[in-house]
Amino acid sequence: MTKGNINKLLIANRGEIAVRIIRAARDLGIATVQVHSDADTDSRAVQMADEAVNIGPPQAAKSYLDVSAILKAAAETGADAVHPGYGFLAENADFADAVEAAGLVFVGPSGDTIRLMGDKAAARAEAKKAGVPTVPGSDGVIDDMDVAADLAAQIGFPVMIKAAAGGGGRGIRIARDTAEFRSLAPQASSEASAAFGDGGIYIEKVIERARHIEVQVLGDGKNVVHFFDRECSLQRRRQKVWEEAPSAALSDEVRDELCRSAVALATAVNYRGAGTIEYLYDDKSGDFYFIEMNTRIQVEHPVSEMICGTDLVAQMIAIAGGAALQSTQDQIRRSGHAIEVRLNAEDPANNFMPFPGVVGELLTPDGPGVRFDHMLYPGYAIPPFYDSLLGKLIVWADDREAALRRLKRALGELRIEGLPTTAPLFEALLESDDLRCNEVHTRWLETWLEENPELIAQQGGKAL
Amino acid sequence: MATHEIKSPIPGTFYRKPSPDQPPFKEVGDTVSKGDTVGIVEVMKTFHEIKADAGGTISGFPIGDNEPVMAGQPIVELD
Repeated sequence: MTKGNINKLLIANRGEIAVRIIRAARDLGIATVQVHSDADTDSRAVQMADEAVNIGPPQAAKSYLDVSAILKAAAETGADAVHPGYGFLAENADFADAVEAAGLVFVGPSGDTIRLMGDKAAARAEAKKAGVPTVPGSDGVIDDMDVAADLAAQIGFPVMIKAAAGGGGRGIRIARDTAEFRSLAPQASSEASAAFGDGGIYIEKVIERARHIEVQVLGDGKNVVHFFDRECSLQRRRQKVWEEAPSAALSDEVRDELCRSAVALATAVNYRGAGTIEYLYDDKSGDFYFIEMNTRIQVEHPVSEMICGTDLVAQMIAIAGGAALQSTQDQIRRSGHAIEVRLNAEDPANNFMPFPGVVGELLTPDGPGVRFDHMLYPGYAIPPFYDSLLGKLIVWADDREAALRRLKRALGELRIEGLPTTAPLFEALLESDDLRCNEVHTRWLETWLEENPELIAQQGGKAL
Repeated sequence: MATHEIKSPIPGTFYRKPSPDQPPFKEVGDTVSKGDTVGIVEVMKTFHEIKADAGGTISGFPIGDNEPVMAGQPIVELD
């Protein structure tokens, strides 16, 4: 793979993804600059990078989100490209524009593409135009309650009433029939008006017991290829905790249709870089619906790398440096099954309370088909200021059953002392028949946690 | 001289207000009762209310709003 025109890459992120990006850059022969806050001076990414620049205090708003501090660091070190990772500024269109305006390469799509796909209504319209199925609902905002109630009945209950100006689950109500809709919709509208200064609402069909399935794409601005699908149905508070590739729930026909729809959408927007198209999948009907597109590398990208034998982070850097896609679609093959679990600094036995402690003894799993992307070392004090992700344990095997066995083996080898992690959750989950048979949906994990508190407590006691 | 210090049980970022556009929970000179919320500490993107573990009159806030705090560090001084 070529490194293109990039000689020195600045990593505008932290944690395990910063480590991952440094590795990809080094594999390409590109020098690295790691920007960091006061709280991350001792981080593994800072230790690994060729250069490090302190860009401010611990609070993200004063460091990792400070665009001028990041651009200043790039200018001072002579970096010619910026990788935003995920979170922080990764999907900030103005940041992408500012990086390019400073004469640097942004490792990702154009600011305009980020802006387009970040606007829910515009992204939905774009998906429809590309022939991608969207969740049945209103086309944009509705003000007239009678029109809204008629449409809700047409779509079929239950429906979700969402505030147009809301986000992150705020301002959402679920109506199960017309009477409920007529009482909830005006409430939702006046609440949205008070909270966001915009009373606009829209409605969407509720897909019950749906799976979360997504497609990894990579584009060079002209052509787009996919790296098959991932299933991320295991979520807690809308956060993914366990991801697999490929989804064991899809038939070959549905998989083919799903992946082709993702490529169609990404092609329609001349997508450049790594991206993910997210869908809800209804087992019963076999229907899938576009939810949104993430215009960045995702936490769970390694499961796709494992089944396709590729390095997506290196490829997105190469594309940013001017390279064309290195493979055509028919050269991209998948084999076997991969599972990733997210190791967070949280105590599963105490309602997943975050626990930013000091890492004691550390034994990492190894051997065939095991990969551990993390930011840990013995004695490392986990800063409390950022998210709780410590690392991701990824396993690959010939099939799902073997991957589950390998995950059990790898978790058995893993030992992180000094702080509780979510590892006991996964050891308990491996005993679940539903999970072994892949009988899951996006609400399954929360229900299972409520029903099996003792399993986590036992596993937690064993691990500590 | 403070007679009691309310300490943060967890490390993170200390906030004196329930949200950026609202007034602080408490000001210097306010009286607090045991159990009153005196601030919020954000740890790893989750928010935890800090309750007074004793009553008294607030004489100071050793940590400013939106500033880093360590576990066990005093956040409110009472007289």
